[in-house]
Amino acid sequence: MKPGSTSAACLALLRRDLTLVWRRRGDALNPLLFAIIVVALFPFALGPETTVLARVAAGTIFVAVLLAMLLSLDALFRSDLEDGSLEQLVVSPHPLALLLGCKIFIHWLTTALPLIIIAPLLAQLLQLPPQVLPVLLTALALATPLLSLIGAVCVALTVGMRRSGMLLTLLVLPLIVPALIFGAGACNAAQDGFAHAAPLLWLAAWLVLSIIVAPLAAAAALKISLS
Amino acid sequence: MNPLVLWFHKLGSPPYFYRFAGRWIPWLYTVALVAAAFGFYGALFTAPADYQQGDSFRIMYVHVPCAWMGLFAYLFMAANGFIALVWRIKLSETLAMASAPVGAAFTFITLVTGSLWGKPTWGTWWTWDARLTSELVLLFLYFGVIGLYHAIEDRRQAARAAAFLALVGVVNLPIVHYSVIWWNTLHQGQTVSLIGPSKIAPSMLWPLLTLAFATHIFFFASLFARARVALLELESGKEWVRALLPVTETSHD
Repeated sequence: MKPGSTSAACLALLRRDLTLVWRRRGDALNPLLFAIIVVALFPFALGPETTVLARVAAGTIFVAVLLAMLLSLDALFRSDLEDGSLEQLVVSPHPLALLLGCKIFIHWLTTALPLIIIAPLLAQLLQLPPQVLPVLLTALALATPLLSLIGAVCVALTVGMRRSGMLLTLLVLPLIVPALIFGAGACNAAQDGFAHAAPLLWLAAWLVLSIIVAPLAAAAALKISLS
Repeated sequence: MNPLVLWFHKLGSPPYFYRFAGRWIPWLYTVALVAAAFGFYGALFTAPADYQQGDSFRIMYVHVPCAWMGLFAYLFMAANGFIALVWRIKLSETLAMASAPVGAAFTFITLVTGSLWGKPTWGTWWTWDARLTSELVLLFLYFGVIGLYHAIEDRRQAARAAAFLALVGVVNLPIVHYSVIWWNTLHQGQTVSLIGPSKIAPSMLWPLLTLAFATHIFFFASLFARARVALLELESGKEWVRALLPVTETSHD
């Protein structure tokens, strides 16, 4: 791979972002703890009956995972903006959308993947029937990249604001409603013994569309914010 | 240049638009008020009571035009946002941002009148039905646009960022809409359609269409008024704004 080529730039960016996350691995655990605590609060509020918990398990886990990811989304570009590397990405000769795509991928890899890995534990806490677990994991695997992608567009619009947390929530949540509907819908259908392929396929279709469009939109949004 | 195209180009200039909107606002408000009075007369007095719902259906005459306007204002905002982002026309930024609060108000009225009607008819203020939910999501989208616009210091950059968000919302709106429809449905289907016969009695239809016309005109009157103020604020340093102010001797003693 020639130095200076676009693929080399992407690889360097991936390696840099992974190194940065690894150096502050304590921070990377926060979303996991947040999700576990949120899920653990539900039995306190709803009571410990197995049937009640099993009924709301899939939806609760979905919401907890989305909220945990939303919490970390705020910091997606913050350190890069502070040390000036975000401007370097914008003025670099390589396509900005591709570079942002790499950053979004790292966000998904370091935030969503650990959440998906602990999802079986969360499912156990809420007594999710074991036959629903594969559906839940598939739905999470399809819905979390969507949140990273759509969230990145909104983060790019709010970048540079001092208190963007609440605003970001307001921007992202209405756009992510379908992921919740399809994802949790597939789990509920599986739990009731109905066919659950259709909502998963819809999620997949929306994901494919977003993988193509969202990095381009994030690049355009970032150029507006940094102009 | 074709005179119509020339006029359209001129309209993009803030001072020209300011004068143009100022001339039209009183007329638009008058037409909207007269049409609304006419429509409400029809809605409250001449239209017969519904054979099932009695008189409670009459709230539809506020509910349905406002629901249409909520969507229309969003599309108007997104179209102006697109123009603002592509051709960098300052007036389009202003119009897009001026239509957001008006559209949000229409959407809010839709939700309130809907739940007022829902209580006697469905027996509940709120139900997680497809149309109600997508209307709620639409309101949140409006709040997002308004919130983003007010969170950024620089007015023009704020307008561009918020316009971009409105465009992202437009791309997502069909997905949100259909996902919600497949999720759950109780709200009645479409009764009024542009193509083919409407499933509503003509004596009930004409007040509805009159009121829809009135709300459209009111939207533009309100939009023009907001845009004029926004333009004055945006261009406060410019010569044409200073020329508008009453001539006063600037003395510092």
